[in-house]
Amino acid sequence: MINKIVQSMAEAMEGIKDGSTVLIGGFGSVGQPDALIEGLIEQGAKDLTCVANNAGTGHVGLARLMELGRVRKIICSFPRSAGSVVFEELYKAGKIELEIVPQGTMAERMRAAGAGIPAFFTATGAGTLLARGKEAREFDGREYIMERSLPADVALIEAWEADRWGNLIYKDSGRNFNPVMAMAATLTIAQVQHIGELGTLDPEKIVTPGVYVNRVLQVDRGAPWV
Amino acid sequence: MQPFSRPQMAARAAQDIPEGWVVNLGIGMPTAIADHVPLDREVIFQSENGVIGMGPAPNANEANPWLINAGKAMVTLRPGGSYVHHSDSFAMIRGGHIDLCVLGGFEVAANGDLANWATSENDTAPAVGGAMDLGAGAKRLWVIMDHTTKDGRPKLVDQCGYPLTALGTVNRVYTNLGVFDVVKGTGFIVVDLAPGVTLEYAQSQSASKLHTL
Repeated sequence: MINKIVQSMAEAMEGIKDGSTVLIGGFGSVGQPDALIEGLIEQGAKDLTCVANNAGTGHVGLARLMELGRVRKIICSFPRSAGSVVFEELYKAGKIELEIVPQGTMAERMRAAGAGIPAFFTATGAGTLLARGKEAREFDGREYIMERSLPADVALIEAWEADRWGNLIYKDSGRNFNPVMAMAATLTIAQVQHIGELGTLDPEKIVTPGVYVNRVLQVDRGAPWV
Repeated sequence: MQPFSRPQMAARAAQDIPEGWVVNLGIGMPTAIADHVPLDREVIFQSENGVIGMGPAPNANEANPWLINAGKAMVTLRPGGSYVHHSDSFAMIRGGHIDLCVLGGFEVAANGDLANWATSENDTAPAVGGAMDLGAGAKRLWVIMDHTTKDGRPKLVDQCGYPLTALGTVNRVYTNLGVFDVVKGTGFIVVDLAPGVTLEYAQSQSASKLHTL
């Protein structure tokens, strides 16, 4: 019997190593795996490279992980947002490495990793500062730059409902980065609000098939904060 | 002279968006444009976080914290709306399926270059978000911004001084002084000026030649 549902946070976090690349889902607080980030803080892995759209807010979650000195590098599209105080301080002090990636390139780099595509060409960023050091090539009269895929060791994601095969359904704008992050990581851990019996999730509504998911932890998260 | 106020700038841009277009509005001033497009003119607003067919902000009794836009404010979904994940949302943007994107700007150049993400090469931590994807991928790129900086420096220029977001893709600029098309080989062409704003005045506030047809 396939059963990806784990009973404890310790079980969910088992085996995450120092030096891992960790993808963290969510856009704003919607679809953000708050409990799993807390679990990672507790678990202790350090020297991490974290990939998320933002660089954390306040002193909780990803910001807390950074504040504790556990993040070596952050890859994101929008580090400077309201309340990104921890990141700004660490960055100014030269204590964290930053890689800025256009949001669509970031999503596509992860999708490519999940689809076995090592690199691709895009017009996004061509001719800008973010093209530095990247191969540029012309196709049909337009300039494109080569972007490498972004595979990861771990993905921490959030979904609305799962079954024991790890199939996932999302709620409203809660999909965001979660489905591509699930594809791009060797170990994908999903935090979900609800668990349904196998066969009760409508196959037409499953966005992430369990093939991409390794562990599922049920957490009563409640509503995202806006 | 009555330069356009911000709501007037947004309303002026909204006037030019026809029914049927798929439109992505940047965070800040561009977002306000949607408030001036009447709901019976069916325009499909797309948000980077995978919301297709966004409606206005919800009433208190229908607030849904799971449904937000790229600016992380609560929105609604219109009948006919749908959700996609980030990679599909940006495939839509990068694959040329968006009719129009409107962004804010630091500078727009006569050749259609846009600078709107970093103020120097050594910016402490510039935030690019989806601007480069939208700037390169949308079928049309409009910019809505004040005509000059707070200290009076022109933002319509011959060549951008700030780091570029997108090269040669801006088609039109809406400012408090007027509306200007950006045409390859020509530069800025005056489409409209705010009430009482003369061509001479608009030119004096610009660092690139304003052409008239």
